[in-house]
Amino acid sequence: MLTLPLSWYLIVSATLFAIGTVGVLVRRNAIVLFMCVEIMLNAANLAFIAFSRFHHDHGGHVFAFMVIAVAAAEAGIGLAIIVNVFRHRRELNVDDLNLMRH
Amino acid sequence: METTNFVLRGLIPLLPALGALINGTLGGRLPKALVALNAVGSMATSFLLALVSVGVMIARGEPGGHGHVYPELAYKAFTWFSAGSLNVDFGFTLDPLSAVMILIITGVGTLIHLYSAGYMWEDPGFSRYFAYLNFFCFAMLCLVLGDNLVVLFLGWEGVGVASYLLIGFWYEDEEKAAAGKKAFITNRVGDFAVILGLFLLFQLTGSLAFADIKSWVSMLSYEQVATLNGLITVICLLFFVGCTGKSAQIPLYVWLPDAMAGPTPVSALIHAATMVTAGVYLIARLSFFFALSPFALAVIAVVGALTAFFAATIGCTQYDIKKVLAYSTVSQLGFMFIAVGSGAFFVGVFHLMTHAFFKALLFLGSGSVIHGMHHEQDMRKMGGLRKHMPITAATYFIGCLAIAGFPFITSGFYSKDEILWFALSNQSALHAYGVGTFVFAVALLTAGLTAFYMFRSYFMTFSGECRADAHTQAHIHESPLTMTVPLMVLAVLALVAGFVGVPHALGGPIPFLDMHGFLYQVVGEGEALFTNRFDNPNYVYASMGGAIVIGFVGMGAAWMFYGEPSGVPAAVVERLGRVHRLIDNKYYVDELYAATIGRAVRWGGLFLHRVVDVFMIDQVLVQGTASLTAFLGTALRQFQNGDLQRYAAFIVFGVGIILLLLL
Repeated sequence: MLTLPLSWYLIVSATLFAIGTVGVLVRRNAIVLFMCVEIMLNAANLAFIAFSRFHHDHGGHVFAFMVIAVAAAEAGIGLAIIVNVFRHRRELNVDDLNLMRH
Repeated sequence: METTNFVLRGLIPLLPALGALINGTLGGRLPKALVALNAVGSMATSFLLALVSVGVMIARGEPGGHGHVYPELAYKAFTWFSAGSLNVDFGFTLDPLSAVMILIITGVGTLIHLYSAGYMWEDPGFSRYFAYLNFFCFAMLCLVLGDNLVVLFLGWEGVGVASYLLIGFWYEDEEKAAAGKKAFITNRVGDFAVILGLFLLFQLTGSLAFADIKSWVSMLSYEQVATLNGLITVICLLFFVGCTGKSAQIPLYVWLPDAMAGPTPVSALIHAATMVTAGVYLIARLSFFFALSPFALAVIAVVGALTAFFAATIGCTQYDIKKVLAYSTVSQLGFMFIAVGSGAFFVGVFHLMTHAFFKALLFLGSGSVIHGMHHEQDMRKMGGLRKHMPITAATYFIGCLAIAGFPFITSGFYSKDEILWFALSNQSALHAYGVGTFVFAVALLTAGLTAFYMFRSYFMTFSGECRADAHTQAHIHESPLTMTVPLMVLAVLALVAGFVGVPHALGGPIPFLDMHGFLYQVVGEGEALFTNRFDNPNYVYASMGGAIVIGFVGMGAAWMFYGEPSGVPAAVVERLGRVHRLIDNKYYVDELYAATIGRAVRWGGLFLHRVVDVFMIDQVLVQGTASLTAFLGTALRQFQNGDLQRYAAFIVFGVGIILLLLL
């Protein structure tokens, strides 16, 4: 079986993470921000699995499941909030969601 | 054994404390008769127990020393505290010196409690008064019975508190409350010196129990005494500063004349008979230690002589009958310090005892007059009271005789004469520093002044024509029995108390009445260095003759000036001019203190207020902290603007920095 070296997985993971981070920093749409956070989480998951595999340690798997579970919960609540905000205001630009700021 | 000890020694101070507790907490709700019974009863029982204890001690005495050596009856209540090598027991010891003191305190105390019951009957603070007075007796008994300096100091502070409370007893009157504060603060100055002395003494000897200090002193070699002399002198002088506060000597005597703001029986008990003699007691108690420093003793005697003289001159110009007695007390305390300063510790205690009787008598007599005259204290408005108050007049007259040292039949004669003799004696600590003759001369002169101002007060009060207004004259009355009985008892004591100290030159001591022999085991060690009771009799006759002559001169002058209405006092005042004004204004000492120490303290206070409190604490610390927080808040608020993405950017930035640092 063709085995890719660990660094390849990590490069993909880091790239995904960077994409996610930049997305969080520069985009304004709440849905997009949300998706970017998911990308970052999954980048981390990828790194976990890669390390787990290469070190023959199942701890990484456990963490990955953990992250997936947390991400699922987060997605549930986050999407609910977003849907409600959209119903309420008909827009999702985070810069304008400043009712609780002052 | 332990039980007997408790009954005999433990209860003596405890009973007045219980009396104070009951009267202080429940007194307001009890009938007056019960309050008085409680107060007088606790003191009387305490006096009986003291008599029994002293009797037991004397019965167990064995021949030795100058007569007998008596066992020290000790009672240790409990270990008070213990830290490192310092171990302080709440322990009482009864030895001959304490015996004399507790008999004076409980005996005179009982009489004065009884007298107070009559004097204070109308006062709304009746029970409060007795609670304070009983508390005072408790503290004073702790002071004289304590077997170490810490218990002594507890009593020392306790009597200070009691004195403060009683001077300011009528606290609605601002002047009287201020007099209480003055007494307390002045005493605190002296007490601070005592504390320093205690520290140094503990460092030097490793203990504060009298027995330990005594054995430490007895183990000193001559070389050690020479090397440690400076430190010992410092300790002695620090204790003496404490004594100048408590016993009203220059420079801290200023509180005692003002202390007359308190009720008259208080002046009799606290400011004449007992508390103010605490300093003399302290020096007598530590006589073996003070004897190591002849220099300190000479200082004590000189200060005593100066105080005696200054106070006596002021006493000659006062018109308030209680002020005369107050300055007289300061003056007589000076005499006691001349005695202990000469190294004649026994004589100091002897005069302390006779003074307690005749001065308490005089104060109670003046109280009786004030009571009869409806709180008039100015002697210019008295006169001719002998007709209205025969008992008071007769007993007051006896008191005057005693304090003036009328020869052979009064106690004051014997005690004052011994003081003069020992000051003159060429073996005393004073002669090493060449001040013996000076002290003797001043003391002799003061003895004459004493006779003068005391008889002046007698003549102005009791003889001649009454100068009070008609309304007061109609109401002048002799005091009730509760007040005159103590006067009579004290008058007898003022006459006979001197027979316990009849000098050799007059064929003494009388068998079984030798106070010197009684006290020898306590003070003899220090005394032996400086005195010799078999001294050249010429000194005895010289000092005695001088004292008798000058006493009569003083009495004669008082008779001439004040016996009949005469123009002499006015003429003398005219002639003395400035000197009289100086003395009349009490040498401007209060003004001097106000201008120097008072002003310095005020400036210090102002500095602390304006610079330290208002500027440093309020502005820099309190408001400074507030403005710093506000400033930081304003600065940091810029980062927390609610922009989610900026937060995220900061997080990324932070993570980046951490990563950089890690790699």
